[in-house]
Order: sequence, then C-alpha cells, then structure tokens
Amino acid sequence: MSAAGPAAAIASAVRAGDRSAISAVEESLAAIDAAGELGAFNAVTAEAALARAGAIDRAVEAGEDPGPLAGVPVALKDNICTRGVPTTCSSRILEGWVPPYDATVVDLLGAAGAVIVGKTNMDEFAMGSSTENSAFGPTRNPCDPERVPGGSSGGSAAAVAGGLTPLALASDTGGSIRQPASLCGVVGMKPTYGRVSRYGLVAFASSLDQIGPMASTVGDAALLYSAIAGHDPLDSTSIPEPAGDLTGALAGDVDGLRVGVVSELCGDGIDGDVRARLDAAATALASAGAQVGEVSVPAAVFGLSAYFLIAPAEASSNLARYDGVRYGLRVPAPGAVDMNVATRTAGFGDEVKRRIMLGTFALSAGYYDAYYGKAQKVRTLVVRDFAAAYERFDVLLAPTSPTVAFRFGERTANPLAMYLSDVCTVASNLAGHPAISVPFGSGSDGLPVGVQVLAPALGEHVMFRAAAALERLLTGAQAPEGATEPVEAKP
Amino acid sequence: MSDRPGAGADIVWQAGSPGLGAPAGTEWETVIGLEVHAELLTGTKLFSASPNAFGGEPNTQIDPVCLGLPGTLPVLNRHAVELAIRVGLALGAEVRPSVFARKNYYYPDMPKNFQISQYDRPINVGGSLELPSGKVVGIVRAHLEEDTGKSTHVGGGGRIDEAAWSLVDYNRAGVPLLEIVSHPDLRSAAEAREYVTELRATLLAVGASDGKMEEGSLRVDANVSVRPLGSAEFGTRCEIKNVNSLRSLGRAVEHESRRQIDLLSSGERVTQETRHWNEDTGRTSLLRSKEEATDYRYFPEPDLVPLVPDEAWIEQIRAELPLLPRQRRHRLAAATGQLPARVALVVERGQDELALAAGEAGAAPAAVLKHLEQNLADGTGRLTAPGLAELIGMEARAELSSNQVKEVLAEMVRSGESPAVVARRAGFEAVAAGELAAVVDGIIAEHPAEWQRLRTGDDRERKKMQGFFTGQVMRATKGQANGRDVAALLEDRAEA
Repeated sequence: MSAAGPAAAIASAVRAGDRSAISAVEESLAAIDAAGELGAFNAVTAEAALARAGAIDRAVEAGEDPGPLAGVPVALKDNICTRGVPTTCSSRILEGWVPPYDATVVDLLGAAGAVIVGKTNMDEFAMGSSTENSAFGPTRNPCDPERVPGGSSGGSAAAVAGGLTPLALASDTGGSIRQPASLCGVVGMKPTYGRVSRYGLVAFASSLDQIGPMASTVGDAALLYSAIAGHDPLDSTSIPEPAGDLTGALAGDVDGLRVGVVSELCGDGIDGDVRARLDAAATALASAGAQVGEVSVPAAVFGLSAYFLIAPAEASSNLARYDGVRYGLRVPAPGAVDMNVATRTAGFGDEVKRRIMLGTFALSAGYYDAYYGKAQKVRTLVVRDFAAAYERFDVLLAPTSPTVAFRFGERTANPLAMYLSDVCTVASNLAGHPAISVPFGSGSDGLPVGVQVLAPALGEHVMFRAAAALERLLTGAQAPEGATEPVEAKP
Repeated sequence: MSDRPGAGADIVWQAGSPGLGAPAGTEWETVIGLEVHAELLTGTKLFSASPNAFGGEPNTQIDPVCLGLPGTLPVLNRHAVELAIRVGLALGAEVRPSVFARKNYYYPDMPKNFQISQYDRPINVGGSLELPSGKVVGIVRAHLEEDTGKSTHVGGGGRIDEAAWSLVDYNRAGVPLLEIVSHPDLRSAAEAREYVTELRATLLAVGASDGKMEEGSLRVDANVSVRPLGSAEFGTRCEIKNVNSLRSLGRAVEHESRRQIDLLSSGERVTQETRHWNEDTGRTSLLRSKEEATDYRYFPEPDLVPLVPDEAWIEQIRAELPLLPRQRRHRLAAATGQLPARVALVVERGQDELALAAGEAGAAPAAVLKHLEQNLADGTGRLTAPGLAELIGMEARAELSSNQVKEVLAEMVRSGESPAVVARRAGFEAVAAGELAAVVDGIIAEHPAEWQRLRTGDDRERKKMQGFFTGQVMRATKGQANGRDVAALLEDRAEA
C-alpha cells in the first residue's frame, strides 16, 4: 500500500504504543488554535478531547486495543449532534441548544477510538456551496484565504486541508462533502444512501442527506468510512445489512476496469482547467489498463432542477420545528403565531428562508404535481439513466465541481449561479449512489481540482478501488504487491 | 387529521344547495359521518420508546424523538401496526401496503410542526360496521398517525389567541392513533351514538384501545349535513369538533342538525366549515371556514419506508382475532331463536357466554334472556350457568315464587351457590302446599263479605277480589307464596 495517510499513521502508532493519543490531540488542538483565521471551527472541545485521549492512552497501556481510529483527532460538521456540546448548524435559530444525545456516528467514532476535537463551520443548515451562508462568518480556503472552501461542509474541508485534523465528518445532500473536498484539495466521499446512519444528523433533505468522511488520502477516507458504515435500527432508511469490508479495494489495480466518462458533465459550464484535469484522470486510468469510454447520462443534468425542488420541499418541512417553542432562539411577541414568525424571521438567514419558501410552494395544493411530483419522476429517470450506464461501465468519472475555488462574494448575489456549483454532484444524491471526490492536481492558477468517481448503489468497494488508483496515478506511486491488504492493517 | 383537504376524494359529501327555498313543511333528513380517533394500547409510542400511558406528570413520558429534537428519526412501532391490522380485519377492511406522509401545519403542541400520518395510501381501506340494530355502516379507511401534545391555555377563555400564557405537555405527543373514517351512512344522533358504542366495543374486543372517551383515548369528530327527506344529494356539511362523550355527540349532532335546518328553512345557505361544540352552552360555534382551512402540503415521509405487512403475518393476526360483538350477537341469536338486535343488551354486558352455557344446561332461552336483562343488569357475579339453569327449572315448576326467584338469584350472584341450597337456607320451601291451603282458608274465613263478592260478582268484581285475597295471602306468607298456587286454591274454594 502507498504511504499510510496521517490518520492511519496516528492510529497505528497509538495502537502500537509508539505514540500517545494525547500528543496527537495536542498537536491537532495547537494547529486549530494557530489557524483561527480560517474560521473552520464553530466550537473546539479541547478539554473533553484531552480527557478522551488520556483514556485511550490508559487503555493501550492496559493492553487493550482502542480501535482502528485509536487517538485520531476528528472534526465534526456542526449539524451532527453531540451530547452536551452545542450543535448549531451555523444558524442563529439553534442558539443555546445543547443536544441531550449523541448521533449514531458519534457513538461509532467513540467505539473506534477516535477523538472528537470540535465542530466545524458550514453553510446554515447545509444550504449553500461556499460556507458564506454561515451565521458565524465564512470559512477560508487554506489553499487561498481569499477564496471560499466550497460548501456546505467548508469547515470540515478546511480542517483537513489545513492540517488541523487528519479526518472530518461531514454531510452531503447535493454535493456538500465532495464539492468542498474538490475546492480544498482533499478527499471527500458520499456513501450509498442508507449505508451510514442519519440518526443525529440535523435534517436538511431527509431523502438525500448522507454523512460521509473527509480525509487527506483515499485510504484515510476508507478508514473513517469503515468505522461509521453499517446498519442502525434507529434509522428506518438504514440498509439492514453490514457494510461490506473494503479489503483489497485500496490496493486493487484497475486493469480491465470499465470507466465511463459522463459526457453531459464534460461540456458547457465546466471550466477548461477542470476539463483538463478530468481528461488527465481518464488518460491515467486508461494507461493503467482501465477500459475508458464516454457514456451519456442525460438525466444527470436535469437532476439539478429536480434537486432544487425536492431538497427545499423536504427542508421546508424539516425546518418547521424551529419555532421558538421548545428550544433554540425565541423572539418574544404577543401571541404564539407572532412569536413563531418573529423567531423564524430573526433566526434564519436569507438562503434558508429562500429554500423554505421554494419548498413550501413546491408542496402547495395545486402545485404539488407540477413541482414536487414531477421532480420525483425525474428522480426515477436519474436512477434509470444511471442503471443503463452501469450496464456498460463499472464506475463513472466526472468533474466534482464545474470550477475551482471562487472568490468570496463572487456568487452570493446570484443564487442560481451558486446552485450551479452542485451540477456535477446532485445526481448521486438523487439516485442514492456512492461517489467520491479525489484531488487530481491543480488548475492553471494553482488551485486544486478534484475528479469524481461514481459507482452504483452499494458499489463502495469498486469506487474506492478506482479512487485509490487515481491517487496513486497522480503521485506516481506504485501499486502495492499484494492486492488483499486490509484497510486497517496493523504495521 | 379530521379536516384533510384531499379527503373529499374518498368521502362522498358534496357541497350542494338542496333545501334552498325549501317549501314550508319540508321534512329533513340528517346525514352524519364520523371520524373516530382511537389511541392504540401499545406499551410505547408510535415512533419512539417512551411509554404510552395516560396521566403522568407533564413532560415525563418523553424522549428526543417524540419531542422532535433536531436530528432524531422515527422508527415504526410494530405493535401499533399489529393493532391497526386487528381493527382493520375486524372491520372487514382490506389491509394494504401503506405509506406514511407528513401533514404540515404549525401548532405549539406539535413538536415537529408536522404530524406523521397516512394520506393517500392508508393501511386499512374499506370495510363496514354492523350495528346492533342490524344497520350496516360503511367504513372509508382506518389509518395510523401520531398524536400531538396537549396545550392548556391560561386566561382569555381557554383559546390560544386570547390566552395570557399556554402550557404544553408532550406526554401524549407520538402516542399511536388509529383514525377510523365512516361513510356518511348515519341518519340520526341516536344512530351516531350507536355507531360509536359498537365501534368502541369492537376496539375493546380486539384489544386495540381502552376506549375511554373521558380520558380522550377515543375522540370523535362529526360531519353533519341535512337534506330534504328523499333527496339523493348530500347537503353541505359542517365538521363538529370537541365532542367528548357519547352524550355530547348526541347533543351536538341534534343541535347542529337543527341549526342547519333553521338556516335552510329560512332560505339561507349552510357554509362548509369546522365548528366547535360547547358542552356548557349546548351550541356549536364557528372554528374556521373552508377558506381558512390549512394547506397541509402532504408529502411522503422520507424518514420512513413503505409499510408492507407480510401476508403470513396478516393471516396470523386474523386467525388470532377474538369473536367480535357482531359475531357474538349472531351466535346468541341463533342459539336463542331471537333476532340479533333482541340479544344485543346481553352481549353488550358480556353475559352471552353465560346465556349460551345456561341454554346448554337445559334452561329455556327466553327465561335466560329475561333474567339476564331484567335481574342481572349489575352483573352476574359468581352466578354459574348450571345454577341459573337449575333456578329457571325451579321457577318453571313453580317451586319458588317470583319474588323468591329474585332473592335466590341475588344470593347466587353473591355466593355462587346452587339455588336449592340458597332456597333451603332462606326457608323458601316452608310454604308447602298444605300450609298454603290452611292460610287461604283462614283468610277466606276472616273476610266473608269479600268472599261473597268474589263468588257472586261480575268478572270485574271477581278479578278485583282475587287481587284482594292474593294480596292478603302474600302478606300472611311474607311474599313467599307462589302466586299461581294461590290462584289455584282460590279457584278451587270458590267452585266448592
């Protein structure tokens, strides 16, 4: 296997007793402290993290194995509930709310030995593609502080890209993990819908949301994914079978792998730099023995409009609970309805309000069939088009973002321009398929460009196989000797 | 979810205007359809693990899911589904694959500001309920949904708009409900009450609900319209809410029907609206008009998967269903040679098993029904079927007077002893034939004038005097004489 990623390296060292978890966590906390101007974190839980690291070190000393993520600092997007730690979704409306329970992924991270160091900034309620919609101020792109990190998971992407934490969890509803990963030059992966429990993820659009890993290498992303994937009885949409292990995926070669480049996502609207890197990735895979061809997935493009009806519709309902009655912000007013209105007016930002209105309209009597109903039919078409493509190809290749990182304020005046940031990513959410963004060099201005590997439902294994190959091809690393090395192999 | 905008597709009430300018003396018919919400008797809530129990301290039976805290997700309670299927099968509904939907509206006691319900694909479709009278009422659907919390508005007449403050108890939030919607097949307040009584008995029989209207575990909304008798079209309906007892239901329906008839008779229209029943004033008042009705923006609940009950499971539930009140009425009717309506009271009191067993022990069915209906309204206690049959035999053989039968029966209910034992201990065998003859002769001797009138008077006079002598004998025997024996003795002496 190519050089272990930083997370795998820390876990190996901590499990072997070669390094303390405390030292790994202190290093991360110091980096976070030093990089305050990035605006990556909403909250840092230093005290709890150090206490937890100490417990891991004592476990190792006692001869126990704390798990595959032993002592690895992890950042959580601030829409993942943490018991006793405020979870804000970067919104004023959740001001003062402290969850009384942990998300399932938080429990799983604990069981794997990971150490949560803080909560990362995001577009409010995950609505946005630049993290400019945070009520607490934007996050800066570590590659160029004048540019956005992408979004909505900009804080998690910046934390990994800036070396603040080796791993971060984020959520992806229409590309919110993959697009910032691409813009910040890290790996970001959205699992098959239902692979990772949504219990404790504050809902944006329930039928599209998935939690997934962000990391600096494909191997580290796989390590984190493996820790959180699996059935959860608390999530009725969770797939009732164990997530298959990824043994062999990261070391597998791509000889004979059928790779389809999505033609609709290679043309107009995609920057030349991005297209060039996609071509380079396709060429590299072909040179490594993959059978690369072009494939048309027409519905991948209609996907965007369907997405911008379905996601706001679900959001309009999911966000109805923020009414000032039970928790979070309350703006007093005479009468319950006045209080609801005053609270929501003050508590939500413009983009959230815009989507609530869009979604409310799309679900209204007389418009349902024309908007929400039709969008669901398009969704069926997306699935059908993908199914046809996967009859001929094992994985698909596409850009992650149509552009490299853009400047602050560049798209805030025009919501539609901002929405186009998601054009390459939403189809995977609509179909419920897994997809991963892998850094593949940079554009002419030196900004990172990611390419996306898409796979059919439950196709994480082949997706990671192609992604790991791309990573090696970019760095010129050699494929490892054995093709059966497990993800969490000890040194 | 009683005022669903889309429900009109299923429910055949049509807005119309029969009665406009109805001629004086028009006879009116009331048309009623009921929506009954029954809380299901599960241990836990519909989508979370908090207890489903009435009467706890406010906000003690709660959890992150039923409070709708951010990030929480519903998980369907299998027992609630089983109870819903039981009711569906009991009503002869078709149990179908179903889909949960979100009904979106704002109210402080609804934690998520949407209610998880079922909309266009309910679990139970169709069916009917046969009332004791024999009338069959069609069922539109019976679907699952979650209950809301409970608000208490303090000050300003108890309405949210005028209240000084409001308190919310979320113990009830997420309690499983089955909403059972009838066709508009009912024609009077009495029928509406009969329907709810029968539905309640059916829910109790299958163990789906405790049916306590006073605790709100059974709640009724009534859709009421009127039309000229004989009209084929339905009138414009109003929905009546806040009906909290059978008595209120009857009063509310009668009041609303009267209100609508008065409107139409004076040339006005009925407007489709939701009205609030006020138990104290005995009137309904406008709650909201059709124009004010909320657009609930139903859409499929994305956090739940379609509910597709296994066929084998449904059949197992069907096989385990107990006998329903309707079936028990028919069974007892067949055994006694009566109409089902005639035996309804005995079934309602749960005395049909005893009646059947007494019949099998040889008692005459008519006598069994008579005793159960007239003498055992307060329950049968420790009374056994063979004991009842034996008592009825003694009565038929005139071994006990009718007063004695009642006393013996009351003691059998208390002690469970046989009638022979009870009668002997009470000394009811003391008034033997010879002794009774002596008493009769003595009284005749004490009242010669009256005796003369009995012997020589016309029919009317003779009857009157027979009553007099019977009364005297009863007084002398402290009511223990058998009336038939006394009559026979008097006749015998009179003819001598």
